[in-house]
Amino acid sequence: MEYIEPHAHMVSRTTDDYQQLALTGCVALAEPAFWAGWDRRSADSFEDYFGQLTDFEPKRAAQFGIRHYTYLCLNPKEGENRELAREVIKRIPKFLERPNVIGIGEIGLNRNTRNELETFKDHVALALEYNQLILIHTPHLEDKYKGTKLIIRALQTFAKLDPQRVMIDHAEEHTIEMIRDNGFRCGLTLYPHTKVSMARAVDILEMHGTQGIYVNSACDWGNSVPVAVPQFILEMRRRKHSEETIRTVVYDNPISFLSQSPKFHLQAPQASVSQMAEVGI
Amino acid sequence: MSNLAGSCKMDLAQTLDEYFLENRHKLLEIAAFLDRLDRACDGATPEDDFRVAAMRRAIGVLLSDSKCRARDVQLILSDPTDEPRERLDRKAAWGAYINQNGH
Repeated sequence: MEYIEPHAHMVSRTTDDYQQLALTGCVALAEPAFWAGWDRRSADSFEDYFGQLTDFEPKRAAQFGIRHYTYLCLNPKEGENRELAREVIKRIPKFLERPNVIGIGEIGLNRNTRNELETFKDHVALALEYNQLILIHTPHLEDKYKGTKLIIRALQTFAKLDPQRVMIDHAEEHTIEMIRDNGFRCGLTLYPHTKVSMARAVDILEMHGTQGIYVNSACDWGNSVPVAVPQFILEMRRRKHSEETIRTVVYDNPISFLSQSPKFHLQAPQASVSQMAEVGI
Repeated sequence: MSNLAGSCKMDLAQTLDEYFLENRHKLLEIAAFLDRLDRACDGATPEDDFRVAAMRRAIGVLLSDSKCRARDVQLILSDPTDEPRERLDRKAAWGAYINQNGH
């Protein structure tokens, strides 16, 4: 079955992972900007990263017929540094015209601090000013419930914001209702330990329905599974869900959200020999 | 989420056939983990740790009649407060809520 991987940090993954994604039916993916595992020291470092996301990674993905899209931001893990955040946010607009940039993300909260919240609101304002989609990271573990409440409360202060253009990701059993009741799109992240398992993701869909929900691997440099979405497909089949229902979650719903950006389309990318040489293959 | 009855497409026997063994495994992992805490070389009391205390409360939920046990466990492990933290205390979450008194 063809699927969309709407959240994957491919800069941290190998070319073999791109191949596995392609072999399992992935036709497009979206890569939000994230934390490198260490705090970057300057806005210049972010500019280099944004260059990687908008130039190098699309070429790497194209070799396997996968279309690559991206969201840009300073990740919530670095949001405490207000000075750095302001400087990075100033530099984002010049990248927004690049052909694979579809939004601002993944923004949100990490430890739910006042500074993180201010950095989050600055990013939302930027997204609205430039008419970008918004991808939101909700915090980990014990911080998720409160963080999701704070995020929704902050979003509701933006009168012009259309909640259907906002994807609130990493939802779990205790946050999905507040996300959907307030009209936002909702992502379930399939992680081995710290988010939802394949079985729990199916449980959530059985209990809440499929409307406005997609699943993703959020694979990165940590303990994560790039082919989590096809594993989820197998779990849905194990649970006797129809192919139509599965396709809704792994293909139609991601397209419904992502295609609100005029840049998103599914024509297979062409990887030229010169492009492949450029990325060292 | 008012009517959850029948929302799983498998009947009871099918669900047990598919999932009993892997959940039996998880149950034994938790039991062995609790035993391991009791055998810690410093002789410390596991229940004094906020994570163990939260886990013991969560285990109580498993025996309840709630139809949303996963959600209820999540809430037990969550920060129940509403106001943002004044400043960053650490980068990573703990997995269970710790209040200002360390509990």
